Amino acid sequence: MIGEKLIFERGAPGRRCATFPMAVDSGAAIPTTMRRDIPAALPEVGELELVRHYTALSQMNFSIDTQFYPLGSCTMKYNPRVHEKAARLPEIAGLHPLSEDAQPALRVIWEMEQVLKAISGMDGFTFQPAAGAQGEFVGISLIAAYHRARGYRKKVVLIPDSAHGTNPATAAMCGYTVQAIKSTARGTVDVADLEARLTDDVAGLMLTNPNTFGVFEDEIEKIAALVHGVGGLLYYDGANLNAFLGQCRPGDMGFDVVHINLHKTFTTPHGGGGPGSGPVGVTKALLPFLPLPVVAKKGGAFHLDFDRPQSIGKVSSFYGNFGMLVRALVYAEMLGAEGMRRTSEMAVLNANYIAAKLHAHYDRPKNGQPMHEMVFSASRQKKANGISATDIAKRLIDFGIHPPTIYFPLPNVAPETMLIEPTETESLEQLDVFIDAMIRIAREAEENPALLKDAPHATPVRRLDEATAARKPILRWKRGATATAVQKP
Amino acid sequence: MNYTPHTARDIEHMLGVLGVSSVGELFAPVPESLRLKNLALPHGISEMEAVAFVQSLADGIREQGAVASFLGGGAYDHFSPSVVDAMISRGEFFTAYTPYQPEVSQGTLRAIFEFQSMICELTGMEVANASMYDGASALAEAVLMAVRMNNGTRVLLPQSLHPFYRQVVATYVRGIGLELVDIPWSDSGAVDLAVLKRELTAQTAAVVVQNPNFFGVLESLGEIGDLVNQTQTAFVACVNPMSLSAIRPPGDFGADIVVGDGQPLGLPLSYGGPYVGFFASREAHVRKMPGRICGETTDVDGVRGFVLTLQTREQHIRRERATSNICTNQTLCATAVTVYLAAVGPQGFREVGELNWHQSHRALHALTALDGVRQKFSGAIFNEFVLQTDHKASEVLAALRQQGVEAGIDLGRFYPALENCILTCVTEKRTDADLDRLIDAWRAL
Repeated sequence: MIGEKLIFERGAPGRRCATFPMAVDSGAAIPTTMRRDIPAALPEVGELELVRHYTALSQMNFSIDTQFYPLGSCTMKYNPRVHEKAARLPEIAGLHPLSEDAQPALRVIWEMEQVLKAISGMDGFTFQPAAGAQGEFVGISLIAAYHRARGYRKKVVLIPDSAHGTNPATAAMCGYTVQAIKSTARGTVDVADLEARLTDDVAGLMLTNPNTFGVFEDEIEKIAALVHGVGGLLYYDGANLNAFLGQCRPGDMGFDVVHINLHKTFTTPHGGGGPGSGPVGVTKALLPFLPLPVVAKKGGAFHLDFDRPQSIGKVSSFYGNFGMLVRALVYAEMLGAEGMRRTSEMAVLNANYIAAKLHAHYDRPKNGQPMHEMVFSASRQKKANGISATDIAKRLIDFGIHPPTIYFPLPNVAPETMLIEPTETESLEQLDVFIDAMIRIAREAEENPALLKDAPHATPVRRLDEATAARKPILRWKRGATATAVQKP
Repeated sequence: MNYTPHTARDIEHMLGVLGVSSVGELFAPVPESLRLKNLALPHGISEMEAVAFVQSLADGIREQGAVASFLGGGAYDHFSPSVVDAMISRGEFFTAYTPYQPEVSQGTLRAIFEFQSMICELTGMEVANASMYDGASALAEAVLMAVRMNNGTRVLLPQSLHPFYRQVVATYVRGIGLELVDIPWSDSGAVDLAVLKRELTAQTAAVVVQNPNFFGVLESLGEIGDLVNQTQTAFVACVNPMSLSAIRPPGDFGADIVVGDGQPLGLPLSYGGPYVGFFASREAHVRKMPGRICGETTDVDGVRGFVLTLQTREQHIRRERATSNICTNQTLCATAVTVYLAAVGPQGFREVGELNWHQSHRALHALTALDGVRQKFSGAIFNEFVLQTDHKASEVLAALRQQGVEAGIDLGRFYPALENCILTCVTEKRTDADLDRLIDAWRAL
């Protein structure tokens, strides 16, 4: 098949695609110590060959456009085409970040800030973070700056054991030590364990709500009071905000800092792993520390305010992934208040429908009522037939469905986890197709486990040798190196 | 308008299965005290109205905008062949997620593997990762990696480094308390090597060099490499990848880490983002690198395939001991860079590099021939240069704007001592007619 080869292995010396006008000699020559005499070994392909190659590569992917993608915590909802059109308008795509003609762009940022303030209940936002993890870095840096400004020396960030790995990694990047908080049988924060760990050393608590089990943290008001009681702040990881749109707000729950993933809740496309956008919102007390610049409005005009002496500084080359804000703003304007509420309602309805239908067939390690996503486990199948969450995930591929997120939450919190998030844009018929596939797989696990162990069966490649990939890394193509792998007929 | 496909009948059926009477009951876990009574947003609108709204924004930019723009300073207006946007506009690329399930993500994985390979070829390095957020954060992560390599406590940053990049580095290193040492520029505009040599102590984690630097001046990577390579200090280069069409890469001079922003290679300006950071290093240091890395392997039938690898460095495995918290990066932008480099190939890349070189030098020669206009720095430049006059740059630029030309960046914004200096960028997209307009505008001052 055509996707077998890399672009470097196509074409022929001297073949080419794009051309440029001939340069008119300026009379200046590149100093010989600096001049590149050996060109980079880039591919030499024709345009049709190039288009066929990348089209073939694209066809080796699952995507929202082609398959149901119930990847928990990732909110794989439909990416509207009008967003792409908007961000590509030549004037918007062609605007230089240091241009003086930026009033309309500043308006986009300012209006998006108003939307996020209304949704989250926070008092101000920065749009610099390019993804959720960078948002976390900004958020924890803001908390650190807040404590520093008050002369506090706090050393610890508390994080539930079920949290995403970026939470502890972020706290460590900001110089904090991490302590894990236990989960209850329902999947919520164990408040007694939290209380036992609360000391004056605690800078803050990082929490996702609904949490990683898809369960609402119903003691959140008490948790907030406890953390605030020792002078700590509450950080909201917005990975699961899709459940809350128009229903309730992290600001009202007592959170001091939030990050929102526009590539999840506001459906800017995931792009195979970015670009994302992870704006961070804060309460009034933290506004002075926001990254610079922030967009300000004076009279009828907008400007970038760089005069912020307490700011934590910058995290982006310019102002973040602006093109993603254009998409998210179009989404927010089209949905409006009623569309936001409808979105969270249908996301929660879809998730609960799946949970009810699969209840008899798979274990649920934590039994709280799910909101927009739920965790099932393959522990029953593992015990009875040696079938793991991986085997179920790979078998789903044979049914033309992208697997859920697996082994998150982590095995030390719950075994063989499968985190399923359908989102609101999937139809009842599609949910039923998925449910039928999951039930059939549960039956196959008993009757024909080898079928699952062997899956997937019809993909461009089958299960890959990840151990060798890590032990003897081949991380790039090299001229003259020949592939040792056999070619698929 | 919203994107939920549920009919009233669907909802009724689903509620029946759940045994509840309304969707509202599913929100029962949310305490009444936290329920939002009124979401303060306007009513939704149709696609037609939304398109009219964004078109009005676009019209606003066009109506105010200059006819010809010579802005650079970390974001560059280059030509992108049509195939670039056409390929990344395929839904199978842009609506896919991170390739966690490699059997159904071979397209994205192969594109990343090609990207890594091309970045190695461009920079002269041995390994590269799947991308970073942008050039500035890539540089910050490079400095953090240097500390992991040698436990140094200070880093040397040229004052001619992009001021925004410097601010990002400062934000990233605050948590580990690294000392930042500023290295001034010399009359040529390049790093003052005498000061660099003096500050290069045993505690220095990294020497950072930007090439070309913020003033467009090319650094002497050979001399800097000679100084740094004899020490434990990491040699970190931040490069404009477009310059690597014509200028020797840092890998030739012993750089340990090479980073930069891929925006010049096929990505639109888009008011500062999304762009894409690239990150390359040596094989010996690969396990200290941040970010995702794609590797080649085989499947159970021996068929060639690609996976995310060396994941024990990353946050989802190592949590607080990870090399970085980065997970989502800028894959679609990296794919665009990959298609761009495949489209231009070695010959096209050489051509576009020469065009940048000669168009910018023609502009430089014509402008500095005018009375009262001088070249600030004597060092060689690639496609950007600094002009100095006897007047405030802000006033000169405002006068040039009156004639429809956005002639450059007021360096006084960043350096009070350079308040009479303008940074002007000339890419291959600036035609001879554009140059004439720029020169005429200057002449008319």
